[in-house]
Amino acid sequence: MKYLSNVVSLGIFPDLCAGCGMCVEVCPHGVFEMRDHKAVITDRDKCMECGACSGNCAYGAIKVDKGVGCAAAIINGMITGGEPTCDCGGGAGKTGCC
Amino acid sequence: MIKLKFKSELEEEKSEASCCCSTNTVCDSEQSITQRPCCPGSVNDKPEWVIGSVMTPVGAVPRVSTELLRADHWEHFKCRVGPFRDDYRIEPGLYAAGNPDKNSDVLVSANYKLSFDMLRRELKGLDVWILVLDTKGINVWCAAGKGTFGTEELINRMAITQLKEIVSGRRIIVPQLGAPGVGAYKVKSATGFNVLFGPVRAEDIPSFITAGYKAVKEMRMVTFPFLDRLVLTPMELHHIKNKFLVYALLVLIYFGLTPAGIIFSDAFSGGLPFMLLGIISIIAGALLTPALLPYIPFRSFAIKGWLAGAALIFISAPAFLLPDQRGMPLLIFSYLFFPLVSSYLALQFTGATTFTGMTGVKKELKTAEPLYIGGAAISLIILVVNKLAEWNVI
Repeated sequence: MKYLSNVVSLGIFPDLCAGCGMCVEVCPHGVFEMRDHKAVITDRDKCMECGACSGNCAYGAIKVDKGVGCAAAIINGMITGGEPTCDCGGGAGKTGCC
Repeated sequence: MIKLKFKSELEEEKSEASCCCSTNTVCDSEQSITQRPCCPGSVNDKPEWVIGSVMTPVGAVPRVSTELLRADHWEHFKCRVGPFRDDYRIEPGLYAAGNPDKNSDVLVSANYKLSFDMLRRELKGLDVWILVLDTKGINVWCAAGKGTFGTEELINRMAITQLKEIVSGRRIIVPQLGAPGVGAYKVKSATGFNVLFGPVRAEDIPSFITAGYKAVKEMRMVTFPFLDRLVLTPMELHHIKNKFLVYALLVLIYFGLTPAGIIFSDAFSGGLPFMLLGIISIIAGALLTPALLPYIPFRSFAIKGWLAGAALIFISAPAFLLPDQRGMPLLIFSYLFFPLVSSYLALQFTGATTFTGMTGVKKELKTAEPLYIGGAAISLIILVVNKLAEWNVI
């Protein structure tokens, strides 16, 4: 299953890529592939913008607007005027302890 | 009798300190080291899944069972259907499975007990440490997205549990779905530990370890099969429950309302078809769309939901409406309003999927939201006009 086409904010800077392969390892959707010791994007539409790749690229070769693909979170963010926050369950509306 | 190490020595010293984890604060590293959650009763009561302890140079570490009890399964069921999951957490810290020693592997997990249970039941026959991070009772992937399952908390928890004193290796296994929150190279430079990203699913951990810490491609890929989608739908329905009750009340008021006051018999007979259509639109958006996700055309969730809703409503509305309700106003209202409800609910399911991204959902919302608001406004106008015509005002 893929989401909307041509919307994903994922980008790669081949000049900065050191070919460590970390992005290939962490991506849960197999978006990356190693070709000639450089990471390349195989199918951008598969990306869900989780940010695992950019957060694990020690060379800053990957950029992506990391965020949750959740309508409720984005509506929450619109209402509060801040970033999308997903607060479903888990301590929402109550104190973290006790 | 060895005292169970549910809290580190450090934590015990500071147990008088105030809670650090209020609703809107994230326990950052400094705060967490000095101030620990102080939940009397919840910390020192030995849970049923703790079976003994393992001695380490820095104290006893609780050993967990790798068998799930009936109580665990019942709790997991409750997590799927209602608010029980909102506070289903265990104490963060170090645990043992089997008889781990200084050479054993360290697996990192979240303190949502459902996640922790999914991990421990796969560890039969293994001798490993489990380092549980404080993710505020949220599963690994969601918490990694939020950053609570993150580099900072991991480094902090390694310090609190004195992991360096317990294992001689400098290697920890973090679930791959923790990668959005954990930067392996940052952990390495801060602690000297190498982060190995383990497989997506806990069931693959034994083969991952046996294969020399190598995950085959399938272990790295997230899927979203029918049963995985279906198990998430009760929670979608749970979220709608209260809104539906408000809707039902408004329907009763609308159909009971006469110039002479509210007539209850009219409210129920006239309102019932619209409650049924409401339920059908909810089923279409929150149950049918998730279940049939790959088979409904278009990639947009709003369109998928609208199609599912329209298919059911266009068939059921003419059948369910009372003979005197089948005039144009209420039929048009039904065709307009209910498929939009299904569409809205289907769009909400983006939060539960494994493949929707933020930019895409934002794009969908940008188009869909004006349509929802406009559709709701026109629906309301139709209802008002219909009522006024009924009363021969216009």
